[in-house]
Amino acid sequence: MTTTTLAVLVPLLPFLGAAAGLFLGRSAAGFVRPLAVLPSLAALALAVAVAVRQGGGRAVDAATELTPTGSVPVELALHIDGFAALAAVLVGLVATCVQIYSTGYLRDDPRYPSYAALVSLFTSAMLLVVYSGDLMVLLVGWEVMGICSYFLVGHYWETPEARAASIKAFLVTKLGDVPFLIGLFALAADTGSFRITKVLGTVASGGLDHPTLIALLLLAGVAGKSAQFPLHTWLPDAMAGPTPVSALIHAATMVAAGVYFIARLLPVFAASAAALVVLAVLAAVTMAGSALAALAQDDIKRVLAYSTIGQLGYMTGALAVGDRGAAVFHLLAHGAFKALLFLAAGVIIHAAGTNSLAAMSRMKDLRARVPDAYWTMTVALLALAAIPPFSGFFSKEAVLGAAEHAATGHAEHVPGAAGWIVLVSGLVTALLTAAYATRLWLLAFRGHGTEAPDHGRQPVAMNSVLWVLALPSLVFGLATGVLPDWFDGRDLTPTLATAVLGTGVALVGGIVTYGAWRHTTALSGRFPMGAVAAHPGADGGLVEAEAIASHEPAYGSAASAPDPADPGRLLLGPLHRHAAVGFHLDAVYTTLLVRPVRGAAALVRFLDREVVDTYVRGAGALPRWLGTAVRRAQTGNVQTYVSALFAGTVVLVVAVLLVATAGA
Amino acid sequence: MHLAYPAVLSALLFCTGLYGVLARRNAILVLMSVELMLNAVNLNLVAFDVWLSKTAQDTLHSGQALTLFTIAIAAAEIGIGLAIVLAVHRNRGTANIDVLRDTAESGTADTDGTDGTDGTDESDDDAVSGSARSEPAEKAEATA
Amino acid sequence: MSPAAAAATAARATTTTAAETHGFLSPTGVEIAFLLVGLVTFGAAVVTVTTKQLVHAALWLVVALGGLAVEYLLLTAEFIAWVQVLIYVGSVVVLLLFGLMLTRAPIGRSPDADSGNRWVALAVAVAAAAALVWVVVDAFRTTWIDLDGAAAGSTAVTGASLFQSWVLPFEALSVLLLAALVGAIVLSRRTKAKATATPSPPGPPRPPGPRSDVPRSDKEGAR
Repeated sequence: MTTTTLAVLVPLLPFLGAAAGLFLGRSAAGFVRPLAVLPSLAALALAVAVAVRQGGGRAVDAATELTPTGSVPVELALHIDGFAALAAVLVGLVATCVQIYSTGYLRDDPRYPSYAALVSLFTSAMLLVVYSGDLMVLLVGWEVMGICSYFLVGHYWETPEARAASIKAFLVTKLGDVPFLIGLFALAADTGSFRITKVLGTVASGGLDHPTLIALLLLAGVAGKSAQFPLHTWLPDAMAGPTPVSALIHAATMVAAGVYFIARLLPVFAASAAALVVLAVLAAVTMAGSALAALAQDDIKRVLAYSTIGQLGYMTGALAVGDRGAAVFHLLAHGAFKALLFLAAGVIIHAAGTNSLAAMSRMKDLRARVPDAYWTMTVALLALAAIPPFSGFFSKEAVLGAAEHAATGHAEHVPGAAGWIVLVSGLVTALLTAAYATRLWLLAFRGHGTEAPDHGRQPVAMNSVLWVLALPSLVFGLATGVLPDWFDGRDLTPTLATAVLGTGVALVGGIVTYGAWRHTTALSGRFPMGAVAAHPGADGGLVEAEAIASHEPAYGSAASAPDPADPGRLLLGPLHRHAAVGFHLDAVYTTLLVRPVRGAAALVRFLDREVVDTYVRGAGALPRWLGTAVRRAQTGNVQTYVSALFAGTVVLVVAVLLVATAGA
Repeated sequence: MHLAYPAVLSALLFCTGLYGVLARRNAILVLMSVELMLNAVNLNLVAFDVWLSKTAQDTLHSGQALTLFTIAIAAAEIGIGLAIVLAVHRNRGTANIDVLRDTAESGTADTDGTDGTDGTDESDDDAVSGSARSEPAEKAEATA
Repeated sequence: MSPAAAAATAARATTTTAAETHGFLSPTGVEIAFLLVGLVTFGAAVVTVTTKQLVHAALWLVVALGGLAVEYLLLTAEFIAWVQVLIYVGSVVVLLLFGLMLTRAPIGRSPDADSGNRWVALAVAVAAAAALVWVVVDAFRTTWIDLDGAAAGSTAVTGASLFQSWVLPFEALSVLLLAALVGAIVLSRRTKAKATATPSPPGPPRPPGPRSDVPRSDKEGAR
């Protein structure tokens, strides 16, 4: 089979799996699990094959035009370069792991068939985005991912949090998608094609008329999808979905789609210095703010969600300094270890019966209950904190190195200001990242107090994938030397200055947090708190749903808990209150957008009900009165009808006669 | 003979029949009145035919032929009419026309109900089933 | 009845002044006979539509229809006169009496023979009568029918015209009568449940019985 055929099969197989799962889900329950896992596995294998064949060499391009579509043709096109090949492998790997994990995590869930089918559909859409060489086809996958995200976040739709979160995720990403669509049209109008190769060719020859406008419009969609400031608020709330969904969609793949999109079209963005500076500022604000917010969260998954936003900020930062190799490198490394973090967090939530770090910090020996999750999560957290020699260190150093490269003015087309912004904020964020990673680890695994509840052994399906994902976190750093062949060829090895600086601040962050934890941990015994799910024997999905639903009643907020033993509270000081609620961005949105819209809706409703309807009612009153009068004549008595008929006839006849005789 | 004699008699008979159709309560009496009206028309036809057949040389005697046709059709009509009246009587327990107000507006349904009881006083077991059957119909109207 | 009669007399008064050649005040014997029979017919018709005894109404209808037959004779339409007697007096009235019996019409005076629509009906009828009589008299007050010579409606003449000029409508009419026959039977059949409950044999005369006689006798009469 040619590489093209293989590449076409990669998105097609999960799609067929999803269709089969949706149609057979109810009638043939035995096929649901194979139908969920096998297509993803096959897609992974094919993606690896495609990557091996492509091998970082010339990009594979293939296109077919199904039907003429007007002035700008829309084609079914493939464009597989090194980025696409490797990103597809990541997507296939994480999707396969998540599917296997879900068979254990949601083993008793009655809605598992539709869930698995939606995950398959999502995988297919993401692979389509990755491989597509046509922006319109890419947009199809982009939007299919959005709707899958909506359904999967709302998987526990019995809980109000999940319902609200799914709608919020959908609306906020759509808010970005509208300018995104306009940006795509503007891009096509300027370049005359939706094909990525042609677009890039036109950009290279300087044929782009409105680079800043297009870049900023596209940036809105990217910010929505990749959860960048100011459209990031949906991601922490999206943690109301099942943990595997969070791992797949909201950590490893969908949120990376935005970054991946910029990486593909980086020359378009690089054509506008203003767009790069805006991107750098957004990345800096996103990074630092999300890291602070992560330090204040109580829900373990929300910590990871804010961490995801921050790491995506690193990627956009790398793009802002014009190094897409570093960005995609971090995307790949982060995708692996963040998926691992989420899946391990799912195991922990299942074992502890709660998603609250405050409650976990009051449990003794939780790590002994979940040894696999303990070890793999430790690896992943070290990678997250960018401690050498784990993968996160190399990818993050690549980003910082690129930023330093730009800041010192060595990068073409990239303003030095962007470099400095990304570099400084990246270092600050490295400190904070290490701090919240340490806090998470300490609170989850170093608790004091009562024995952790026994929820039985975790399913093998869940534990095994943790180790599968731990492997890239451990050894992906070795790929640093090989990856430039696949990417733009720019060197990704860490430079000494940023490596020492970055590792140094990370160590400082970890040590400071440890000190704060030593200071506050004694308090945990004095302030007992915590709520544990009521069904120890249930599968992970049910436990998590109960944990999410009970967090707000138990702790007063979905995000934070009033826990004096929390080291984050000590570290952040007065900032903690604001960081816990994401720096009041939701409140700002409520004031700026939601209230005016609601007010306008109320006004419209008032106008419709009281003003328009008054006219309508007034217009209706006269016919109604007439109708009432006429209705009185409808006695049902045939004789009265005939009487009236004859009386009328006589009157008419007499009238006609009078007229006739008068005329004569 | 003056043509006015049969013509006036015809007009008067017609109007007498008209009065009967409009005023009589029993459906069979209404049918009798219809017969009167038809006969008035017949008289008219015959009278004019006789007049025309005397004045014109060649005539089709259309008036008399039409009279025969009218008589035949009237006979058919009375047969069908009586069958309908009997069917109504079987189903509703009454042959009174002003009780059959199924097409009335719901606003006057109450008066219908009282009329219905008045009308069914005279008949026996059929009346019970008839009124019982007509009640749901009235309710349906009231809701509609 | 009185307003109708008044209208009739008024109509006659208008004719009087206009008739010149054949003065109204010097009526022929036929006219006198016609007038007298006409009065009887009209009176019987009025009683038919006003009497409170339903069976009497049917009997007065016989008088009215018989009077009309005499009028036909006076107009020299003898065939029609006998058909009138045969069909109307002979069968239709019998059928109506059967109908009255089958619907359990009360014998004797029934106070509610007239509906509440009576006064409206009277007004409409009187207005229609006034308009019609006015128009008819105004149009035909001088028209004279010559009743001398051969009878205009003898059986030979009627038969000739009927079977020469009117054969096709005549046959179409026979089809109509057949349809009416079938229709009457279908309409008056009892529902199936009742039909199985009371099998056909002796019992009271089944409704279709007398009714199915009628069209047949009509046909015979028409021929």
